[in-house]
Amino acid sequence: MQQPNKLTPFFENLNFERDDNTMVINFGPQHPSAHGQLRLVLELDGEQVVKAYPDIGYLHRGIEKMAENMTYNEFLPTTDRLDYIASTSNNYAYAIAVEKLLGIEAPRRAQVIRTMLLELNRVISHLFFVATHALDVGAMSVFLYAFREREFAMDLMEDYCGARLTHSSVRIGGVPLDLPAGWMVNMRAFCDKVDYELEHTYNALLQENRIWKMRLENVGVLTPEDALSWGCTGPMLRGSGIAYDIRKEEPYELYSELDFDIPIADTNDSYGRYRLYMAEIKESTKMIRQLILKYDGTEPQLMAHAPRYISAPKEEIMTQNYALMQHFVLVTQGMRPPKGEVYVPTESPKGELGFYIKSEGEPYAYRLKCRAPSFFHTGLLQEILVGTYIADVVTIIGSTNIVFGEVDR
Amino acid sequence: MRKYTPKDNVQKKAYYTNRYHVVPSVPTFAVESDEVFAKQLEILKAKVAVKSAKIMLGQMIVEINAEDNFIALETLKNECDYAMLSEMSAVDYLAKNGNFEVFYQLLNLKDVKRMRVVCRVAKGQAVESVVPLYKSANFAEREMFDMFGIVSNNHPFMKRILMPDDWEGHPLLKTYPLQGDEFASWYEVDKIFGKDAREAIGPENRDQAKIERYDTKRFSRVGYEVPFGADISKGETKTEIEYSKTLLVDYTKNSGKQLDNRK
Repeated sequence: MQQPNKLTPFFENLNFERDDNTMVINFGPQHPSAHGQLRLVLELDGEQVVKAYPDIGYLHRGIEKMAENMTYNEFLPTTDRLDYIASTSNNYAYAIAVEKLLGIEAPRRAQVIRTMLLELNRVISHLFFVATHALDVGAMSVFLYAFREREFAMDLMEDYCGARLTHSSVRIGGVPLDLPAGWMVNMRAFCDKVDYELEHTYNALLQENRIWKMRLENVGVLTPEDALSWGCTGPMLRGSGIAYDIRKEEPYELYSELDFDIPIADTNDSYGRYRLYMAEIKESTKMIRQLILKYDGTEPQLMAHAPRYISAPKEEIMTQNYALMQHFVLVTQGMRPPKGEVYVPTESPKGELGFYIKSEGEPYAYRLKCRAPSFFHTGLLQEILVGTYIADVVTIIGSTNIVFGEVDR
Repeated sequence: MRKYTPKDNVQKKAYYTNRYHVVPSVPTFAVESDEVFAKQLEILKAKVAVKSAKIMLGQMIVEINAEDNFIALETLKNECDYAMLSEMSAVDYLAKNGNFEVFYQLLNLKDVKRMRVVCRVAKGQAVESVVPLYKSANFAEREMFDMFGIVSNNHPFMKRILMPDDWEGHPLLKTYPLQGDEFASWYEVDKIFGKDAREAIGPENRDQAKIERYDTKRFSRVGYEVPFGADISKGETKTEIEYSKTLLVDYTKNSGKQLDNRK
């Protein structure tokens, strides 16, 4: 037997010397289909999971602590690192929470751009989901196709804000930049491309694929009661037949003006959720097409006019004394929102992403809590995995679509 | 003399505040201004003592006694359709009032209403776990314990969640410094090599910009490689190494190479 010491720890992955004939295995934290740093301790009886214990925290960076020691604008790029698959939705969730606290509203053009970026990020995230989910289950080719389209979407993001992964493309009070020339033409082409590929590639490859259906149908069944109780949101909730989408029920930005449907799946299983994701991509492109039309004729203003909190546009700063002074104060000291607390839910691609901010009137938030959907979906694993087979564990993890940047924060 | 910094709250403070600065507040409204909330508050008032209630930014905030948290949430879940506990955590007010504020963020999917149940918990006081009502509290309560040290009674698995099990201290307390405390800075050293090794290994250097000029153990500059551990404090010799030519690109005018030839 290996002699454990401090430098060469005891080989702890396998434990055969148990009385009850079960085997304990470590799934992760470096498992390729754990989607990050998920360590799952599984107790197996044969191939069946008797007990599952998700162990998280391997990516814990103390983002909430950092938020308490950063001014409101300083913290915004840090939110990119939460759900790094769809950064703009984090930026937006944070920005809208602060805006609610300040009582300001972004100008119309900024709203159009924001909504468009949010939906583009949803497409990026959903394509990533279908790619990795299929890869985990064993369908390699879908990964290649989906990443091809995702690459185009990231090019669009790059054309807009210069970054591909950590966008920081939404600011408190608006957006920093207008859309570059020809961007919407590319966007429209991208929507057409995605819609076409959705029909002819992903659906053709997966939807009626015998192996795919066998691996996904009736796997990871989540009843509506459990979904509510575990705090599941987004596709996990709608995949259990509950039609609750924050974009529809508590509309923010321009969602109240858009015509879109809320797809739901009532099979409660992984296959239903997969179908739901595909349907949501379609809804997103539908929304983006409507938003392209809304852009024309809007005022060119991009940031809200609120001199107490938001710096003036660059031209004013460079030409007007008071705008420069205000900018100096806001940059060196940071904005001081009124005293109060706010919780704003938004529909991120993963589910309900909300920021709870407690402000004491200081330039630093007294407390910031990020309500990350993946955190609660990870909690669900300890129940949903029990009774399933080891081969299905990967399917279920993939189906929950958790991202560890926001689980551990 | 060194500037005094309060030890009970080490959160970053504004370095300058205008002496005439008046802190405004977010407007609050009476619960009666919203029919649905008013009705729900009546139901709640029949069961537990409500200390205060208001509507702030479209959500009702109800303050109750910490002992009543389970009954209050049970009432809200069963009689007011608050089917989901979106989030729960705490806010540290130890320096100000000597207690924590624990909040439960609830969602009513039927009426599309959100409310927050708030209660004050003294230091060392435990709250009753709401896991029997909302399973989402399972992870959330563990996180609250991990971050603030507030224990939930009758929780199925009350252990740390994000920090390691053998961690000391609770990171989101206002007394906990951003860079970590003494324990945190020696955590890896203590765990792997033991406390005796602290002196030999030395404190962790967190200055990202620091470059050890004569460090030959980890990095050396291309073209100046010396044998491992060699003493170069007296000066270093340039070594002709084949790969250094491939790495060091000659950007002088005659070389014909451009620094940036992108479009």
